[in-house]
Amino acid sequence: MDSTYILLQHYWWFLVSLLGALLVFLLFVQGGQSLLFTIGKTELQQKMLLNSTGRKWEFTFTTLVTFGGAFFASFPLFYSTSFGGAYWVWMLILACFVLQAVSYEYQSKKGNLLGKKTYQVFLLLNGILGPILLGTAVGTFFSGAEFVVNKGQLTDVAMPVISTWANPWHGLEAAFVFWNVCLGLAVFFLARIQALLYFINNIDDAEIVKRSRKHLVIETALFLVFFLVFLVHLLLADGFAVDPETKEIYMQPYKYFINLIEMPAVSVVLLVGVAGVLYGIVRTILSGTWKKGIWFCGTGTVLTVLALLLCAGWNNTAYYPSVADLQSSLTIANSCSSPFTLKVMSYVSILVPFVLGYIFYAWRALDLRKISGKEMEEKDTHAY
Amino acid sequence: MIASIDTSLIDWSRAQFALTAMYHWLFVPLTLGLGVIQAIMETIYYKTGNEFWKKTTQFWMKLFGINFAIGVATGLILEFEFGTNWSNYSWFVGDIFGAPLAIEGILAFFMEATFIAVMFFGWDKVSKRFHLASTWLTIIGATLSALWILIANAWMQYPVGMRFNPDTVRNEMFDFWAVALSPVAINKFFHTVLSGWIVGAVFVIGISSWYLLKKRETKFSLESIKVGAVFGLVASILIVWTGDGSAYQVAQKQPMKLAAMEGLYEGGNGTGLVAIGLLNPEKTSYTDNVNPFIFDIKIPKLLSFLAERDVDAYVPGIVNLIEGGYTTNQGTVALSAAEKIEKGQIAIQALADYRKAVEDKDQVAAGQARALLDENFAYFGYGYIKDPADLIPHVGLTFYSFRIMVILGGYFILLFIVALIWSKKNKFADARWLQWASLWTIPLAYIAGQAGWIVAEVGRQPWAIQDILPTGASVSKLATSSVQTTFFLFLLLFTVLLIAEIGIMVKAIKKGPSVN
Repeated sequence: MDSTYILLQHYWWFLVSLLGALLVFLLFVQGGQSLLFTIGKTELQQKMLLNSTGRKWEFTFTTLVTFGGAFFASFPLFYSTSFGGAYWVWMLILACFVLQAVSYEYQSKKGNLLGKKTYQVFLLLNGILGPILLGTAVGTFFSGAEFVVNKGQLTDVAMPVISTWANPWHGLEAAFVFWNVCLGLAVFFLARIQALLYFINNIDDAEIVKRSRKHLVIETALFLVFFLVFLVHLLLADGFAVDPETKEIYMQPYKYFINLIEMPAVSVVLLVGVAGVLYGIVRTILSGTWKKGIWFCGTGTVLTVLALLLCAGWNNTAYYPSVADLQSSLTIANSCSSPFTLKVMSYVSILVPFVLGYIFYAWRALDLRKISGKEMEEKDTHAY
Repeated sequence: MIASIDTSLIDWSRAQFALTAMYHWLFVPLTLGLGVIQAIMETIYYKTGNEFWKKTTQFWMKLFGINFAIGVATGLILEFEFGTNWSNYSWFVGDIFGAPLAIEGILAFFMEATFIAVMFFGWDKVSKRFHLASTWLTIIGATLSALWILIANAWMQYPVGMRFNPDTVRNEMFDFWAVALSPVAINKFFHTVLSGWIVGAVFVIGISSWYLLKKRETKFSLESIKVGAVFGLVASILIVWTGDGSAYQVAQKQPMKLAAMEGLYEGGNGTGLVAIGLLNPEKTSYTDNVNPFIFDIKIPKLLSFLAERDVDAYVPGIVNLIEGGYTTNQGTVALSAAEKIEKGQIAIQALADYRKAVEDKDQVAAGQARALLDENFAYFGYGYIKDPADLIPHVGLTFYSFRIMVILGGYFILLFIVALIWSKKNKFADARWLQWASLWTIPLAYIAGQAGWIVAEVGRQPWAIQDILPTGASVSKLATSSVQTTFFLFLLLFTVLLIAEIGIMVKAIKKGPSVN
């Protein structure tokens, strides 16, 4: 295979992984929703919480959409196989994100049909189910899913579908694999940790900040349990390896651990990421005044998730393994777009730093003034 | 295991996609139109410093925000349904179709998401100039988003810039600019965005008229009407031009869609355009010789002129397209549907033979199969068609939707002209008939937009990708009951949210802008 093509495949797996990593960071919005009634004890406090993480919901949503679009463009066989096969998991994820999209805007508006509480419950549901389901779905990148890909099927006029799911559960079975759920719960508690750190950073209210700091301890403990159990299992587990010569997929003991050893840069990213997450949390817990934990924890989250996803797809690894037919497993080589499309898209991706730049600028401009009770009570301002 | 694809699965998958797309298109046009109008109003505020325009902008922005969220939600479902319900399609053309979607995400959605937050929450946090820029960038982002998804849609109507790769069993892009700048894409983009501008203008004039009927918010209403009428008139005149361009492209690239739009079974030279007509329900087949119309009024030779820019040109009807044998505008003899189906079957078999030959390492056989495949690939999708009658889209739906769209388009021009003149002569405030007409035009603007999409999408059937892949071969292999379940789930969800949206809008409108 052309070396440029191989480079482009790796580059696009990196970009998709980066989008996935940014998405996990931005799930702090969902984490905030799940803590709405835990941290917010009065209506004003709940309003402040909603306006704190809520003003960032479109970033999470947009990153999810772009993650989907980038996957479609760069690895269309994954889009076709996973979305069409694990139908119920993706439909559940979509349904709970639809609820989120309208709930911020509608919950405090008169005439909203269902009442304020219902929309807040929708936000709570999205806040809990969104991270757990996304984490569980990503868990299948390591544990596998039950599908068969046969491109020759297109010539069968009666049944030309090339990707088929090998069980009638269409993705729901992923929720019965402990390691998938373990990752889902780790993502969920991480989202809550980040939300607490963001509240501390973004809200000018002593009671909310105090409660957030207190709550951080228990959320961290739960996160560490699920994350470490998943990580240790991953490093010890057999992985789905690809023979670079024959393209045959086979089970290799300690594959993901070996990937980290063979890709030291990825290992460094993982270690720096985990250290960043822990530093952001621990210093916030220990210090009574430090408020910048979200930026260390957030950056750490992006690096950690990026390293794990690179581990899933790089170094001759099948990133979406099939446990129904091992040779149907998806690799970055057999599921990617053509060299021309990847090249065109790579030119477009040059604009990504510019996009990140204006996001940073606009985000900073809005966050310079903290959310406060006074702002929430102003009549003229737009608020959730 | 399912041994074949059930037709009910195809129908329910189509129904689910149509449901999502139609709901999505209830919200997007207002975003596109009202977004520009509020940006114009804020520009006036920026230039004049007049607080009246700030309050006016903020009121329309509030309604924009209520509408925007649900448009985003339905858009998310739409994007992922390409994978969930049309998995074969996603692989077969993902190499081309995915790129615009990804570019839409990277370049448009982030722009929209970033600056909409500044637009809503930044009034007192950023400078006036930065806020104005954010308002414009929000609508530019939304419009760019429309551009990329419409490029993708246009490619489905007119697939260009790609070639089939039998080794990967998919179509692969080789000319990005042919995809991005295809005449169908350019026309579709302008036509669709302009239709959104019209919805925005009608909405502003209609809501303002309601205030005038209630004798409140007079200054706000009259000033908003002035902006809306000018904006709407410009859009509605331009849309005539893009509409003509779209119809011309349909005639050139999708003649069966044009025939269905016109209820034209027997074509000919110097064909007239049906201005008004009532289809005959007794016509059930293209071969039954029943007159397709109970009555019709035709404008002589106009269809030939619009389709070929020549009043005497030949325009094929449904029967001609099925039976072939006529001379096309390229001077070739048109193939019949049966011949195309045969060529499609040869192409599919050649693909199977090619794959087998490659597997057997038989290069000679592979070369022969490849040559046969390339020769017949233009008709690949026809190989999945069982009956030539399946190539005819729903004539009634396409025919009536087209007329509803065109007639309403003409009415909008008239309304905007009258609104502008009455507004200029300071007579709008007293013209209750015009206020009522403006108010009741709001639902008509939505109906026109929906009708336009029905023409475009129902008229494309049975194809997902014109001539290359029918919907039946595009679908995901799921149990029909699963798709039925999600169909009703989304129907319930979208309907409840639509009712909620209307309820919030009505309350916000009743509360009013409080600028007078």
